[in-house]
Amino acid sequence: MKVLVGIKRTIDANVKVRVKADESGVETANVKMTLNPFCEIAVEEAVRMKEAGVVEEIIVVTAGPEEARQTLMTALAIGADRAVHVVADQDIQPLAVAKILKAVIEQESPGVVILGKQAIDDDSNQTGQMLAGLLGWPQATFASKITLGDGEAEVTREIDGGLETLTVKLPAVMTTDLRLNEPRYASLPNIMKAKKKPIDVKTLEELGVDAAPRIKILKVVSPGKREAGVIVESVAELVDKLQNEAKVL
Amino acid sequence: MSALVIAEHDNNELKQATLHAVTAASQLSDDVHILVAGEGSSAVAEQAAAVAGVAKVLHADDAAYGHGLAENVAPLIVSVAGSYDHLLACATTYGKNVMPRAAALLDVAQISEISEILSADQFVRPTYAGNAMATVESIDAKKVITVRATAFDAAVAEGGTAAIEAVSGPGDQGLSRFERHELSVSERPELTSADIVISGGRGMQSGDNFPLVEAVADRLGAAVGASRAAVDAGYVPNDYQVGQTGKVVAPNLYVAVGISGAIQHLAGMKDSKVIVAINKDEEAPIFQIADYGLVADLFKALPELAEELDKQGISREISGN
Repeated sequence: MKVLVGIKRTIDANVKVRVKADESGVETANVKMTLNPFCEIAVEEAVRMKEAGVVEEIIVVTAGPEEARQTLMTALAIGADRAVHVVADQDIQPLAVAKILKAVIEQESPGVVILGKQAIDDDSNQTGQMLAGLLGWPQATFASKITLGDGEAEVTREIDGGLETLTVKLPAVMTTDLRLNEPRYASLPNIMKAKKKPIDVKTLEELGVDAAPRIKILKVVSPGKREAGVIVESVAELVDKLQNEAKVL
Repeated sequence: MSALVIAEHDNNELKQATLHAVTAASQLSDDVHILVAGEGSSAVAEQAAAVAGVAKVLHADDAAYGHGLAENVAPLIVSVAGSYDHLLACATTYGKNVMPRAAALLDVAQISEISEILSADQFVRPTYAGNAMATVESIDAKKVITVRATAFDAAVAEGGTAAIEAVSGPGDQGLSRFERHELSVSERPELTSADIVISGGRGMQSGDNFPLVEAVADRLGAAVGASRAAVDAGYVPNDYQVGQTGKVVAPNLYVAVGISGAIQHLAGMKDSKVIVAINKDEEAPIFQIADYGLVADLFKALPELAEELDKQGISREISGN
């Protein structure tokens, strides 16, 4: 069985983002970019499945500009076998990504597809669910444990009140939550080896996907700033302020 | 211009989350309907019919919908979507799971976790862990929306007299089945709707020390939360987590104890009305957004706080549930 992993290049999670003065978006020039953390967990899970002998091949796919090739290299260094880069320069929103992934999946016929639960830039949390809907496959979102069986998979999901376990028929789409695994670092020899792994480049036209955005971004601004607070000297002073000044007790 | 809210429930009780989505829906339309999809869920349909401002309840009662599986519920949403301009759910794990699937089946984009409604097609939503607020416009004919609960008040749960109409959908798609739940048991209010939240972080050092937080929470009728560091270290279960990847809360009072204030955590609590930080590191970023900061060892400060609350006779009933 093949596993296909959809990944995204995002601003590094530790970067404090700055909104552009013209309110058109956030500053991305000269900002550190990395593999979205949830995607990293997805790649790691695929590699573990291969190490356990339940999948034979790992294909990573991304849609994005030329620079996204670097993100594919990261995934190849973690242990993916080959990559597909769908080159696209415009704003690609989750519905379009789902359509792009569907087109690639129809060519590759994987037995399982893994995505991160959300990208830390647009915070949408949509692509995996949309992809599953378009394919007519089951979905197992926010997965914290995946056990692949014969024609089925048992997946434990993180839900608001605790955990929920489902059985889904394969092929299925799964999205990763933080606690699914601890991603490994790519070793230097593996980074060197990744450079020799194949990256297949495709265009939206080749895949026949209309990726036109359905949501227009009118403006992006900084959230309202909180006013600076005060440092209190004692617990008694804190309780007094909360009672008499803030009036929340 | 009708709006349909997808109810969240456990077949017995309508969840508070639904009431927040109803308020958002009522800003978009005068004709708000609720879809209750479940199994043996008549009580929920009746509760939905009693919500103020709701004109009609669509009730689909079938074994296929008993556990809210997205594979079965999304086609049902699509089958009733025809006459609605807006389809809404709260951005809980339930809403986040089912709504994008329904949106894709309708071939429309979803607008995730909106915090403000500007018009029928313009919305504000947080991106980059709440560090950039985007104003967006949907060009789709139908808008599929998830709503950030903390940004919309809950609709009043009683006084409404909506008609309940039975509907049926495509039923079981045979793609998935529910196996089991392992739910956290808590006597305290739910995190996302609590009036006061007190959270512990890595500074708690061990799960054995969380009773210090709980002792204060009990006096304040507060919910207990945690940072990702505390969850990853195994101090508390992961559904306690407040942050970009956990729950988003906006209580009247948020008390952060032994939490440094990483971007990821702030994304889940910085809209709280009053923020208190207790941390021994005066350089901790949490002090930059705290209204009241106490630089102190939490192992001394928490018992002192419990004692001071007793001394001042502060004892609050649990509220906000």
